[in-house]
Amino acid sequence: MLSDIAFWGIGLVAVLGGAAVFYVDSMARATYALALSFVAVGLQVLFLQQNYVGVVTILMMVMEMAIMAVYMVMFMGMNPALMPMSMVHSNKTAIAVAVTTFLVLATGILMVDWPARRGSPPSDVTMALGESLMGPKMLVMAVISPVMVATIVAGVVLAAHRTRYDRFGDDLKQRPADDPQPGGVGR
Amino acid sequence: MADPTPMTDSPITTVAPGWAIAALGILGALAVTAAMLDGALAARAGGKPGGTMGGPVRPFGEAARLMRQRRRTTVEADRLLWRLGGAGLLVVAALMVTVVPLGEWTIFDLDVGVMWFNAMDVMVWALVWLTGWGANSAHSLVGGYRFLAHGLGYELPLMFALVAPAIAAETLNVRAVAAAQEGLWFAVWMPVAFLVYLLGVAAFSVWGPFAPAIGTDVSGGARAELSGVDRLVFEAGRYALLAAGAAFAVPMFLGGGAGPLLPGWAWVLVKTVALLAVLVWLRRRLPAFRPDKFMEVGWMLLLPAVLLQDLVVAVIAVWRS
Repeated sequence: MLSDIAFWGIGLVAVLGGAAVFYVDSMARATYALALSFVAVGLQVLFLQQNYVGVVTILMMVMEMAIMAVYMVMFMGMNPALMPMSMVHSNKTAIAVAVTTFLVLATGILMVDWPARRGSPPSDVTMALGESLMGPKMLVMAVISPVMVATIVAGVVLAAHRTRYDRFGDDLKQRPADDPQPGGVGR
Repeated sequence: MADPTPMTDSPITTVAPGWAIAALGILGALAVTAAMLDGALAARAGGKPGGTMGGPVRPFGEAARLMRQRRRTTVEADRLLWRLGGAGLLVVAALMVTVVPLGEWTIFDLDVGVMWFNAMDVMVWALVWLTGWGANSAHSLVGGYRFLAHGLGYELPLMFALVAPAIAAETLNVRAVAAAQEGLWFAVWMPVAFLVYLLGVAAFSVWGPFAPAIGTDVSGGARAELSGVDRLVFEAGRYALLAAGAAFAVPMFLGGGAGPLLPGWAWVLVKTVALLAVLVWLRRRLPAFRPDKFMEVGWMLLLPAVLLQDLVVAVIAVWRS
């Protein structure tokens, strides 16, 4: 009973937090309303006995919102991040899409014949989830991960304004490197 | 498949939630001890205290002064976020110690206790930034960003430092990590992880070398506009975070309650106080890390070092099993 109330209460916090993102007029409030919503979702996941997934959700989302705060002030032109601003754009289209999506999904939920539960939850839900997600595809994931990292590094190298010739000179022999931002280890 | 929680011979009792108040009391006592020690060290270093009380009693004089002080208000402050940030540090520290076993008792025997601690220390990112943001003041905003810049440098090494004991113990349960150190403390054979962890504790407490976020060169940075009780709660939160970090190191690296003669809970407290004293003492012994420069130290030195440490620990763990 108590856990039911907590579960629904946290669910309400998650939904209201998500709605607040579009209601408030400050970037900081929107950012941390989203963080609050995600923390509530992480707590919901804890109720599903997925402790690891739940705690990691909280960890990653709070961290991501903090990093978003760094970049929103760093990169937003004329720094509207520091001023009150509207959090919505393409308002009418967005409302139409959102209402349609909600109606379609809600109709689907009500129309579909829900199957009865078969079997019982395994003792370690997190491990079962991991195995059903990754089990037969572990080799694929192990191969894809380095490729993805290489892609990111290559993308950054290609996009970077300054090359190693700017940093180390034409013969790559200039030490320490000529960086606009001096580093901490004297490279 | 390995059992997720290895067999341990140390019995553990999950105490009733009401005991959380006792845990809060211990955390508060540890924080006050740290503040008193810091006051004593400040007096020895010849620092002039702001009030009439100096030395070990300085925190009490300071608390009395702040409780009488009028609350400063700023124009267009985001008061909700500001208060959340300032008061949150204490809450986070209290949530951290819920997974630290005190000898045979624990409040919360979570199977992913290590991750829980990690999630709480990341909360500090949000809270210090919100403290800096909420006041709508340039200096405090600069302080908030300085902290995030430090965070980008220290957080990943800290995370990978927490990975090492978890790999060696093959679990994320704090009690089981402590029990896995039978005979040899993790601090002894994973010193790099231990040192990086301690650096991380100083960092999320905005302490010592990581104090530029609240530095005098930006009028107190993130806490520039905090006054009165708000400032008292913020400072108490910093000391509580330092104490919670020291307490969490005991089951992770220092063998938990293991030790001769004394009971487990006493050893946990003794080790916590000892580590806390070291952290307080280091405050005046290390230079400030400039956020822009520390970023490179974190990514070019600490991260590879702690990843190598993890590799060594993983190889040993595989070889032993």
